[in-house]
Order: sequence, then structure tokens, then C-alpha cells
Amino acid sequence: MSAAAVPHPAGAPASPFAVEARDLSLVFDTGDGPVHALSHVDLAIRPGEFVSLIGPSGCGKTTLLRVIADLESATSGSIAVKGMGPREARLKRSYGYVFQAPALYPWRSVARNVALPLEIMGFPKEERRRRVAAGLDLVDLGGFGGKFPWQLSGGMQQRASIARALSFDPDLLLMDEPFGALDEIVRDKLNAQLLRLWHRTGKTVVFVTHSIPEAVFLSTRIVVMSPRPGRIHDVVECGFPPDRTLDIRETPAFLGVAHRVREGLRAGHAYVD
Amino acid sequence: MSTDAALPLRRPAPRGRLGAGLRALAGRAAPVLTVVLVLVAAWYAAAVAMNADGQRQAFERAGTADAGWRAFVAGTWAQGHPRLPAPHQVAAEIAHSVLDVSPTSKRSLAFHAAVTLQATALGFLLGAAVGFALSLLVVHVPSLDRGLMPWIVASQAVPIVALAPMIVVILAQVSVTGLLPKAAIAAYLSFFPVAVGMAKGLRSPEPSHVDLLRTYSASRWQALRVLRLPASLPFLFASLKVGVAASLVGTVVAEVTKSEDGGLGARLLAGSYYGQTVQIWAALVVASACGAALVGLVAAVEAAVLRRMGAGR
Ligand SMILES: Nc1ncnc2c1ncn2[C@@H]1O[C@H](COP(=O)(O)OP(=O)(O)OP(=O)(O)O)[C@@H](O)[C@H]1O
Ligand SMILES: [Mg+2]
Repeated sequence: MSAAAVPHPAGAPASPFAVEARDLSLVFDTGDGPVHALSHVDLAIRPGEFVSLIGPSGCGKTTLLRVIADLESATSGSIAVKGMGPREARLKRSYGYVFQAPALYPWRSVARNVALPLEIMGFPKEERRRRVAAGLDLVDLGGFGGKFPWQLSGGMQQRASIARALSFDPDLLLMDEPFGALDEIVRDKLNAQLLRLWHRTGKTVVFVTHSIPEAVFLSTRIVVMSPRPGRIHDVVECGFPPDRTLDIRETPAFLGVAHRVREGLRAGHAYVD
Repeated sequence: MSTDAALPLRRPAPRGRLGAGLRALAGRAAPVLTVVLVLVAAWYAAAVAMNADGQRQAFERAGTADAGWRAFVAGTWAQGHPRLPAPHQVAAEIAHSVLDVSPTSKRSLAFHAAVTLQATALGFLLGAAVGFALSLLVVHVPSLDRGLMPWIVASQAVPIVALAPMIVVILAQVSVTGLLPKAAIAAYLSFFPVAVGMAKGLRSPEPSHVDLLRTYSASRWQALRVLRLPASLPFLFASLKVGVAASLVGTVVAEVTKSEDGGLGARLLAGSYYGQTVQIWAALVVASACGAALVGLVAAVEAAVLRRMGAGR
């Protein structure tokens, strides 16, 4: 989608939203016919929100994130990122993206992988070193900067890729199942850390997950999607206090929200069958 | 390895590592040695078969046709102008023409090898540079990919033996002589594997690795530096190995065409002109050894570079 197609004529007040999708559809032309990955998606995310996308495999979560990141172009509808067209937003380095796979460069040490965006964006050397060290500490990889990716477990690699996305301090984070490869304990820990980071920095987060408790714990809003064609089935508000801890997962309010998300997922599935 | 792990304290580490290194070397050398032995044995057998006719005639002329089979076999391995010289004859010729002759003399094989290696090295560097530049163009300018690639491929369909004299003559017209015409022919053969291999290598990064750079809005130049070039290195070295061997072939062919400057190709030509089979084979063996050494050199650089890039385990 080109910048021209976004309805923000010069001089008009910019969209107040961090991400604003209007009637967004995306059709992939594949060898065996069109695949409707996204269909009439309407979603507006205010700055500072933590929005989770949840839904069955293949419902278009990654695709939606990629459209926001300007890695994929919508077939119809409009998308604005921080009031700009997605391309302009990408060129201005408006977001950090954590891919579903770690995507570390095998010939770079872990530290130099984390430093990659800083190198490209021209951060001075001293600043790079400081940020890499802080980033690796944040994801508990303090002693592993000199190792190469193949020397790390899958979960450690994914944590390194999170440190890489955070290194240049973008105020919009697009995270595609960042904790999918982690064991339950590390996942809990990183969930708590991410929540604190979000609360402390006021970043906007769009977060893809398959885990209902993770979505309910982290999010201000949960977008439940359903497949074929990928659309938004339900949007669930979760108004838990921002300084919550993992303990709230036992409370009735938490379980109530989780229940509603689960019902939404179920209904989305039933719609297909 | 397992004994090292079981006795970590009793054996001092450096000697243990040296021992393991030697064992690894022996483990790698054994199959190579076996193949060499089999080849040499086959060579001796072939020499008997190839030279038998000549030996029979020689014995008849000398009136010693009834000398035993031992004398006959020994004779086939010691002829002055054999059809196929025996390995030790070739080895003796190499030793003689390298050690007993001044290295600046035109009769020294070392002199000719040096001439060949010079042109090979120059041609290889030229060819690799041209191939590298072409791969960059082809990968970054889509219209060139369609426009240029067919010509690059077609260039190699022309037999070099037919092309070499023409290149020499044309370059002589514009008064380019000496090392350059030979290097040009070597470059003509070596740019191709480098161009094709590098084009493939520069396109080898995974989509997710490319997407990552898009999210940083990295420039093409940055993408080349941090992703495409490092990802292409294994392809680069594979094609450099092919390219350096092709350069040597090109140089030798050029020297056959343009033999006045010497070189292993000129030695081959002179040998066949005067029926000096031992000399031909000596030049051939030295040429192969040069080729193996050049490929080995590229492999050593490759190992060092890849180790620095964390490929070592
Ligand atoms: N480049 C592509 N070309 C064709 N089809 C695609 C492409 N990318 C995705 N799709 C299709 O679009 C649909 C949505 O894919 P997407 O990757 O967004 O799913 P997802 O919700 O992220 O799934 P998962 O939870 O398994 O990661 C799928 O049916 C997929 O096959
Ligand atoms: Mg996905």
C-alpha cells in the first residue's frame, strides 16, 4: 500500500492512533487460487495500549502484523501507523518487530546481532556497546554476548531477538509469538518483565500469541480472530491495573476474561466447520 | 576424543591436543594415500602395457628377445622415449629439471611453473573481480539479469582452444603483449564460475533475514554489507576454487598458443614437438600440482574466514 492511498492529506490533523486499520483486506494470489488472509479488518490502537491478537493457526495474525510493518501490502482498505502511511512509518523506523522465528544472523555473535539495528541506524560505538549490554541483561543473556546463535537454545535465540528489537527503543513494538518457544517458567518471567517494561515506558505493543492466559495477563485489549477469511471475531477489554503481578491469574475477574476469550475462539472455529 | 574426555587430568592439554590433531591428520591422510598408491600401481601397469610393443622391438633389435619377463618389465619402465613414462621417470625428470638447473634457466621446470603461476594469479584476480562486479550488477539491476546472464552463459560455450589464439592476436594488434594476453584468457575462464556462484550467493539470504533489514529501513548498500555479502561467502569460495583451477587451464592453453614466453604450456608444446614424453608428463604433473596448491590456498583462506565468522565447531 503506497503512502498516497492513506487518507491523510497534507496539513490534516494526524490520526490520534498508533495503529489504525480501516476495512483492511488482503488476498494472496497463490498457485491454487486466492487466499483471503485478512477480510474487512477494523482496528484502532491508541498510543500506550497493549493489544494482543489471538486466533487459530492461519487466521492472519502474522499477516496483519506484516501489513502494519509494511512488509506486506493490503489489497484494499487503509492502514495508518502513527498517523503515517505504513511505508513512511517504516522508513522512519517507527517500530521494532520481533519475528515468529528468531532470524539471527548465524555469522554474527549474539552481541553483534543485538547491535545490528544500532549499526544500521548509525548509533555511535560507545552507545551501541552500552545498549547491547543493557539489552542482553534485560533478557538474561548477560554472559552470552560472545556466543554464536548456534551455541544457544531456541528459547535463548528468541530472547536475543527480543533484545535486538528493543535495542533502538522504538515506541511501537510488533511482536509475533515472541514467547512461543520458551518453557513455562521463563515465559512467566518474561511476561512479567515485558509488562513492567510496557508500564514503565508507555510503549504501544501489538502482540501475537496462542496462549489465552498470556494474552489476558499482558493486554489492555484482546483481539480474537477467526480464520478463512481472517477477520476480527471479538474484541475483549481487560482492565487490570497496570502494576499487576502474575498472581492475578488466579482471580475470578481474570478467569472471567479468559473464559470470554476462549468462548470467542471456540465460536470462531465453529463458524468454519 | 572420548579418551581425552575420560582422562582430562592425566594428559597435559597441549600434548593431548597435538596427539588428537595428528590422529585427525592421519585419519584424513589414510584414504588419500590409499588412492595415490592404487593410482601409481595402475600407472606402472599401464606403462608396461603401453610400452610393450616398443620394448619387444628394442629387444629384437638388440638380439635379446629371450631375456626373462623381469628384464622385459624393467625395460618398459626405463625407455628413453616411452609412450607412457613410468612414475619414477617422471619424478626423476621433475627432480632434475627443478633441482639441477638454475631456476632462471629456460630448462628449469620451476622457471616455467613460475611463469604459469604469474599469469594464472593475474588472470584469476582479474576474472574474480569481473565476475564479482557482474554478480553485483545482475543481482541489483533486474533488467541486467535478463539482459546480461544469457551472454555470460554463452561466453563459456565458445571453446577456449579456438578463442585463445584470437585473443592473443587481437591484443597484439593493440600492442598488449607479455603477461596480459595470457592473463586475459585465464580471466575469461575464471570470471564465469565467480559471476554465477556469487549471483546465487547474493540471493541466498532467507526472506526473514531480508525482512528484518526492511524493518530497519536499511539501504541497499547496508543490506549488501551486513547480509548479502556474508551470506554469499560459502558460494564465493566454492566458485573461487573452480575459478582458480579454470585460470590455470586458461593460462596453459594460452601458453600453448603463445609459447615464446615459456610456461608449462610451452613445455608441453616443446615436449610433444620433440617427442619428449617424459618432459610432457613432468610438465603435466607439475601443472596438476600447481592447480592442487592453488585450490588448497583458496580452501585455507576459506577456512580462516569461516572460522572468524563462527562456523567452526
Ligand atoms: N506469502 C504468502 N503467500 C500466500 N499465502 C500466504 C502467505 N503468507 C501467508 N499466507 C496465508 O495466509 C493465511 C494467514 O497466514 P498467517 O501467517 O498470517 O497466519 P497466522 O495467524 O500467523 O498463523 P500461525 O498462528 O500459524 O502463525 C494462511 O492461510 C497462509 O497460508
Ligand atoms: Mg503467524
